Amino acid sequence: MTDEDKGTNNRRTTQPRRVVHTVYVVDGARSPFLKARGKPGPFNAANLAVAAGRSLLVRQPFEPGDIDEVILGCVMPGPDEANIARVSALRLGISQETPAWTVQRNCASGMQALDSAAQSIAHGRANLVLAGGVEAMSHAPVLLAEPMVAWLGEWYKAKGLGARARALAGLRPAYLKPVIALLRGLTDPVVGLSMGQTAEILAHRFGITREQMDAYAMRSHQRLAQAQDAGYLQEIETLFDTTGHYFDADDGLRRDTSMASLSKLKPVFDRPFGNVTAGNSAQVTDGAAMLLLASEQAVKKWDLPVLGRIVDSQWAGLDPAQMGLGPVHAMTPLMKRHKLKLDGIDAWEINEAFAAQVLANIEAWKDYHYCRKELHTAAAMGELDQARLNVDGGGVSLGHPVGASGARIVLHLLHVLERMGARRGMASLCIGGGQGGAMLLERE
Amino acid sequence: MTTKNNNWQRETDAEGIVWLTIDLPGSSTNTLNREVLEELDGILAELEAQRPTGLVIQSAKSNFIVGADIKEFTRIETMEQARELIHRGQAVVNRLENLRCPTVALIHGFCLGGGLELALGCDYRVADDDQDTRLGLPEVRLGIHPGFGGVARLPRLVGATAAMDMMLTGRSLSARAASKIGLVDYAVPRRHLQRAARQLIKTQPPKRRAGRLSTLGDTALLRPLLARVLRKKVAARARPEHYPAPYALIDIWSEYGTDKPAVLEAEEQSVARLIVGDTARNLVRVFFLQERLKSLGDKKAFTPRRIHVIGGGVMGGDIAAWCALRGLQVTVQDRSDVHLARVMERAAKLFRKKLRKPRLIQQALDRLMPDRRGEGLAQADVVIEAIFENVEAKQNLYREIEPRMKPGALLATNTSSIPLQVLGEALSDPKRLVGLHFFNPVAKMQLVEIVTTADTNAEAATQAAAFTRHIDRLPLPVNSSPGFLVNRVLMPYLLEAVTLEAEGLAPKVIDAEALRFGMPMGPILLADTVGLDICLSVAEILSKELGVEVPARLRELVKAGRLGKKSGHGFYRYDKQGKPLGAKPGRGEYCPPDTQDRLISRLLNEALACLREGVVADADLLDAGIIFGTGFAPFRGGPMKYIEQTGREKLAAKMAELHKKYGDRFQADESWLPAPGRAE
Repeated sequence: MTDEDKGTNNRRTTQPRRVVHTVYVVDGARSPFLKARGKPGPFNAANLAVAAGRSLLVRQPFEPGDIDEVILGCVMPGPDEANIARVSALRLGISQETPAWTVQRNCASGMQALDSAAQSIAHGRANLVLAGGVEAMSHAPVLLAEPMVAWLGEWYKAKGLGARARALAGLRPAYLKPVIALLRGLTDPVVGLSMGQTAEILAHRFGITREQMDAYAMRSHQRLAQAQDAGYLQEIETLFDTTGHYFDADDGLRRDTSMASLSKLKPVFDRPFGNVTAGNSAQVTDGAAMLLLASEQAVKKWDLPVLGRIVDSQWAGLDPAQMGLGPVHAMTPLMKRHKLKLDGIDAWEINEAFAAQVLANIEAWKDYHYCRKELHTAAAMGELDQARLNVDGGGVSLGHPVGASGARIVLHLLHVLERMGARRGMASLCIGGGQGGAMLLERE
Repeated sequence: MTTKNNNWQRETDAEGIVWLTIDLPGSSTNTLNREVLEELDGILAELEAQRPTGLVIQSAKSNFIVGADIKEFTRIETMEQARELIHRGQAVVNRLENLRCPTVALIHGFCLGGGLELALGCDYRVADDDQDTRLGLPEVRLGIHPGFGGVARLPRLVGATAAMDMMLTGRSLSARAASKIGLVDYAVPRRHLQRAARQLIKTQPPKRRAGRLSTLGDTALLRPLLARVLRKKVAARARPEHYPAPYALIDIWSEYGTDKPAVLEAEEQSVARLIVGDTARNLVRVFFLQERLKSLGDKKAFTPRRIHVIGGGVMGGDIAAWCALRGLQVTVQDRSDVHLARVMERAAKLFRKKLRKPRLIQQALDRLMPDRRGEGLAQADVVIEAIFENVEAKQNLYREIEPRMKPGALLATNTSSIPLQVLGEALSDPKRLVGLHFFNPVAKMQLVEIVTTADTNAEAATQAAAFTRHIDRLPLPVNSSPGFLVNRVLMPYLLEAVTLEAEGLAPKVIDAEALRFGMPMGPILLADTVGLDICLSVAEILSKELGVEVPARLRELVKAGRLGKKSGHGFYRYDKQGKPLGAKPGRGEYCPPDTQDRLISRLLNEALACLREGVVADADLLDAGIIFGTGFAPFRGGPMKYIEQTGREKLAAKMAELHKKYGDRFQADESWLPAPGRAE
């Protein structure tokens, strides 16, 4: 395919979509994001979704049964949580007659849930949809290696002492090595790179230094600390476990982070010469974010407060080895479609998978050649004002529970717009496997 | 072919199996009353001649058979009458057992007492594995023990240990547990019940018998040893002079073991003797008092779904947890996450204990939502205020919540001491406020005082009682007067105990005297458990309103920070598990002979005053309230019953004596001696 063809292709997607019904976000709530600390955290994914969901539902003027559909994004639900959206919906007391489904688009699963919910409403199929995302990364399964599973099959078949002894003799120590599903999930099976390595590639391509990454990371922590102190994170609902503990804030925040402490960390993905460290990457975290989307009819019927409007969204694909640039690939056509320039967006949320990756997106939009060649624009998009980007911190400081982040950034962005008295916001994520997702939001 | 008696329906299917279905007309449950037994006897006689392929006994109602008809107990006046009734029952079960075709009991719902004994007369038993199925022999709770052959048959079926445990505690088993010990042949889903019965009749497998290991304790050699262990175990919970039935049961088993005719004979004699005794009569009365309390709340009158509890202290939290356990959707509001975390911890503990299965525990936890911002208020059908005892705080809260409540929602306070009239001043509609006074610990104490004033909206009172029944508690309507009923009657008794302690008597000696009377817990330990600060605050309110004097000792302890169990030190010291140290009474400790009289007289005196003032409507309700609200010796039938049985004059004389010796706190209430011409 020539560039010219791609351009045509792109132009086709920029035709305005026919939106029949306006999609409102009326309310939302999320759990605090709890950093994984080497063992399964206090809540599994369904518990997180239910805790956030019931706080959200209890304050609604309608009955849970009035909800038409439930959609949750989740990358790795636990073995007891197949179709976690349905499990959560039933546990939330939402009617048995309300269908529920789970979506998976890796790091953007939560945003995919919102997009799917928005489509249901836009097409007039639903008036009230509970949508969001959840991930309990600390509960990601640890699996038996395939040879071990095969060996177990033989073992169960073996009857009698002799057969058992023969089977036992076939067991190799190497079979016992567990498979950490989380690590596998964070590695691209097609290009064979871990997500961190794709960030290293972007850093190399755009000349982003270790200092820039660490400075970005430090700022993320500072911004989250400021937001916590100012009480800007009202969307968080306290979690309670059954042993007398409660969790009321994102606990990945390090108020004592400094350039000195960050510079001491060793690279974790490209050893020994890489620059991406645990300090300038998103944290492995458990959390859930739930939103209520409503049609105009529902807003009127229940006299619901309007937090904002989902105007449009866009998905894009790109080289899996550079998946971190997904945001510019998704946001650019969305901006074009709505004839927006960078300064037309009042606040941005670009999920911080890696500090290097967020910075690479900024660089890419500044880069004339990248914009021409990869984004098919006539000129460079320009420089994104970082004062309006992730103003209350992001994945680096509060964590990135993969299925939940897409829903969290949309919810938080609406709160930021409300606080600023601003109109338009853009939420976007990079997606493992080489995709990007973006959602355009507006407040009246 | 279908034949219908009044209570039994008989149907013979194509395979020649007779399906005998019990269905008492005009009743929601099946009991084994005389008529039911006579009819069954007639049917069995016919079947003896008819020789069917098999016989299946089942129920058309939601329960199998809940036991004997307890109303018939109250009509028994002599031992001879009792023996005759028991003999008839035994004969019917024997007849069933001797039937020459295979017999199966198909069990679902409650299968208790005589119902289970009837099932034991069958060759096989199949139970629905639903959680509503309960099998048990609870006779001991009515002061008797099984009399329709249960003592003779159960040990042979499940072994002495399991059988004696069931009969001595009266606890019931789930279908699964029953199948595990061999009480039922199969525990299967309802859809397989009939198939299981047919298969058993067709294949006639050997009848269940206890395994060799579990019958070990049943040998003549070991029985006396095991009996001694059992007596000791029972003695830890009940004294023979208060509760003779479990001891009689152990004696029968120990003496006759598996000699069936002898055990049947002994059962008959023993139950006949027990049933006409004071303990059984009083316990039967308590059973009916409980039924009466239940009838005071009509579940159909009000069906709340959402409950909002304000105040996450021990009481508020436990009320919320209990409501969630009983299936209601609950929000519990408190300003402090620390309190709410504790609420959830205690709730989880309760759910684990009561529900066991992880799925059910999860569901209960999902129903209970900590609610710091009070967002559950607007949708709640019942709002229960359980914040600290402060008039101003409560009034401010009411002002804030009343406009936000759903129209028609019930507003209740758990205050234990503040008059509703005072609290109601803060409401634009004071008539809607009722008191729902729960007792600590909520999960154990069945009583809830429904507090109203003369002005209270009748509908609110009805709703409160209905709600109480929905959460399986017993409503007791009381007037809004200081201390209501239970605390007011209990407090003089507790204070007298404190006075005795201040006089130098050891706490354990005082407590032992109360236990000797039949109280479930001594007054000193009770005060420590409730919290001395709480006792003091209730005592002070009563002292202000009713002139009850508060012993200085109580103030001293509270001032010294000795608050009881919760602070690790009150009258007793407590170990880390909250167990009192040195509470076991030793031998030969000095105890003045009037100690028990001093404790009990003050309780009885206050009870009479409450009745005279109309705090409760009648003497039965007073007895019910004191038994279910304080645990007052149930075998004594309650304070009023005790006065009646002991003799009013005798107790009044004792009162006068105590008055002379100890002063005005023993001033007899004017109603001690009935006014001339008043019918008792």
